[in-house]
Amino acid sequence: MTPVLSAEDVRFSYGKNEILHGVNFSARQGELIAVLGPNGAGKSTLFRCLLGLLNGYRGSIRIEGREVGAMQPREIAGRVAYIPQTHTHTFHYTVLEMVLMGTTHRVRGLRSPGEAETAAARGALAQMGIAGMERRSFTRLSGGEQQLVLIARALAQGTRLLIMDEPTSSLDYGNQLRVMQRVQALARQGYMILLSSHNPQQALLFADRILALHDGVILADGAPREVITPALLQTLYGIATRLADTEEGRLIVPLLKEDPPCSAGTKI
Amino acid sequence: MKASAAKHNTGLSAGGAARLWALVLLLLAVFFGSFFLGRYGISPLQLLAMLAEGLQRALSAVVNWAGRPFGFSVERLFAVPVIWTPVMETIVLNIRLPRILMACLVGCCLSTAGACYQGVFQNPMAAPDLLGASTGACFGAALAILYGASSAMITLSAFGFSLLTVLLVFVIGQRAPGQKTVTLILAGIMVSSLFSAGTSYIKLVADPGSKLPEITYWLMGSLSGTRGYEIAFALLPMALGLLPLLCLRWRLNLLTLGEEEARALGVNTALLRLIVVVCSTLITAASVAVSGLIGWVGLVIPHLCRRYIGNDYRRLLPATMLFGAAFLLVVDNISRNLLAVEIPIGILTAFIGAPFFIYLMSQKGGGA
Repeated sequence: MTPVLSAEDVRFSYGKNEILHGVNFSARQGELIAVLGPNGAGKSTLFRCLLGLLNGYRGSIRIEGREVGAMQPREIAGRVAYIPQTHTHTFHYTVLEMVLMGTTHRVRGLRSPGEAETAAARGALAQMGIAGMERRSFTRLSGGEQQLVLIARALAQGTRLLIMDEPTSSLDYGNQLRVMQRVQALARQGYMILLSSHNPQQALLFADRILALHDGVILADGAPREVITPALLQTLYGIATRLADTEEGRLIVPLLKEDPPCSAGTKI
Repeated sequence: MKASAAKHNTGLSAGGAARLWALVLLLLAVFFGSFFLGRYGISPLQLLAMLAEGLQRALSAVVNWAGRPFGFSVERLFAVPVIWTPVMETIVLNIRLPRILMACLVGCCLSTAGACYQGVFQNPMAAPDLLGASTGACFGAALAILYGASSAMITLSAFGFSLLTVLLVFVIGQRAPGQKTVTLILAGIMVSSLFSAGTSYIKLVADPGSKLPEITYWLMGSLSGTRGYEIAFALLPMALGLLPLLCLRWRLNLLTLGEEEARALGVNTALLRLIVVVCSTLITAASVAVSGLIGWVGLVIPHLCRRYIGNDYRRLLPATMLFGAAFLLVVDNISRNLLAVEIPIGILTAFIGAPFFIYLMSQKGGGA
């Protein structure tokens, strides 16, 4: 079976500064992959390359067998949906209008979305369990609700591959877990989800697979229980940790007894 | 809510449609009402008869110009009882009608351009003169007046320089490194100041007895003395600009989300931005060339419409077109009837626009 998404020796530089030094991985249908890595590791750059937002990457990125760099924005949008970390609001839109924007790649030429697109948008809202919100103003929603709307917009886009940039970073503890449960449920329905996270505990709880990105290379790639070790966390974040197995799952316990200054190699 | 959801399957609310129709009625009322303003009185019946006569002459002219297809020769398409005097006909068909049409067109174009620039630049403060279309036109007009050009040449020069200015801004903005919307705005500010310095210099060297007042008056903006040929001149670029914008109005929504989000949603942002900027510039240039500097309309009208009908450009753009046309027509009526001497419309739009905007800003929930 061909992978939904594959990256081979992907390199990218801003000017002379190479950010990605040859990233390799491939992903299949139904996988929930969390990309872990410190600030500046290249997570956002990698995602932007995958989404075709950065031209001039080297190596190969294929989505459903087609090279990203050779596709038009419309074709890419038909294969991969992007859920941004934050949404900048210059002007306020209603929830339905926001979700409807996900269908744009299917609207031909000079037309506006019609009945089929609106039905798709309403279906996506129902799928996320927020059908009742369609007339509310997006900006008046809570952070958690906004995230659900952005996910609904990605679903309305009708792709099997979703890329999420730190979907829970601005949410409170409860909303983080609720949103992650929804995301996990989507993966169980067959969506391939790639998300970046600053929370290894969350990745351990929900992800099927971890990609650990450090200084533009993938340090580790595998099942969360195998990959997330105190050694890896020390390398990525410069923090000593201990893993504790409980009945409810494995916990990451930071060891803060000594008071280390920022160790070398840690970027803040 | 469920019933309305089932009835309206394109995600547009029924309330929005009713509001749009209300604007259509408003524009029609203002349009017909405007004919009765002025010192020479006419009756509604005479107006209708004259407009029918005017329409039939225009149609005949078009049919005859088209080479009388199928040997279809037209003298009179329909009979209109002559219930008016020749003086009345001159006033209504040759003076009031062109001016009313022009006020509608210019109001429509400036408002539309403002709404589109706001979307492209994700900036609620954007107005049609953002990329220097107005300052370029002023320079072109001042230059033409300085060299004693005819009124048609002044219009043409204003139009040409307006396009030239924005082209310059676009070339500079595209070549500069960085986020394109920001570099374009910066280039717009720079090139605008260059051309306004040019205009100031022309005013300095212009003959203070004849040329300088003419330049100054042109810059204030006025629709007085609008001729039929000016409408014919402006109509083509206006239509060329307005139609694509109207067709692309859904995609304008996506541009307001920002470059990356819009592209990830499948929009060719560079191409769309280019088309929208070119079309908006075309209609701004055509408007300023025939009317002079009329500020505020392009900023205030889109904002009023955003509050009235929402930010979805599917509704916002038609609403802006209708309301912009009605608004400028009302202001023009005031400008020609308030005092014995005509007040330049550019002054009036600022007098009405600025306080109104301040009022809006101070309202609860102000902002975009």
